[in-house]
Amino acid sequence: MIKGARVKVPRTASKGEVVRVRTKIPHPMETGWRKDHEGNTVPRNRITRFVCTFEGREVFSADFASGVSANPYLSFFVRVSQSGTFQCTWIADGDQTFTKSARIEVSEDAAV
Amino acid sequence: MILATKAKTKAPERTQGDAAMARRRFITSAGRGFVLFAALGLLPRTGWAAPKDAKKKLAELTGGAKAQKGRVTLRIPAVTDQASFVPISVRVDSPMTEADNVKDIHVLAERNTVPDVASFHLGPANGKAEISTRIRVRESQIVLAAAVMNDGTVFLGRARCRIVGGAGGCG
Repeated sequence: MIKGARVKVPRTASKGEVVRVRTKIPHPMETGWRKDHEGNTVPRNRITRFVCTFEGREVFSADFASGVSANPYLSFFVRVSQSGTFQCTWIADGDQTFTKSARIEVSEDAAV
Repeated sequence: MILATKAKTKAPERTQGDAAMARRRFITSAGRGFVLFAALGLLPRTGWAAPKDAKKKLAELTGGAKAQKGRVTLRIPAVTDQASFVPISVRVDSPMTEADNVKDIHVLAERNTVPDVASFHLGPANGKAEISTRIRVRESQIVLAAAVMNDGTVFLGRARCRIVGGAGGCG
């Protein structure tokens, strides 16, 4: 289990506002090509997929190939119309999954 | 005295000429050998992708649609020494409504070991077609961002990134 996954959203928003979701997870993202000091290949260990759902509905997903940095940071935007929870799931090699969620309170008055 | 010097200078000229010819012959034969090896496909594999691989991968990802210019803004530092952590942001000019939205954003690095970097899947729920992340850039090269719209049209944005000092980002 990886500790320290982070999902950041604003605490509050107006109805219909577009909010930024920022995510980060500590992960080495080994490509499987690197060699250690003894010349042995370091086995591949990579996050291959990221999914973000809002109240059970998928709003954003990503497929990572080898070109994504270690400790992948990702930010994107979501339009919110009700209070709810963002749940982010990272799927790594060997069927490991990590999840983290963040809550947002949406007020009824329309976005300016 | 003058004659003597003339004779002296002439002699080395001739040998130099011979050496030059020999060298030329060697270079041509080496060149021929190289061409032969290349034709037989015996050249050592370089192990990393070339821009044509990125093009092939892009066609694969976008279903072969012809990419148009515009609508995609790819921001990447022009020069960086941290090849393993290059911050990029991709913004696509789109209203993100049910009728007109961005379906996918593909990021490719032409000269990375494997050209595809990441694919992002969006929809009308996003409200704004913008993503930012950090990527590995193996060497100085052009990074591509392709946006696939919901009607299947493809827009392509590109930006050059120069890596200075240190090792590349994929090592």
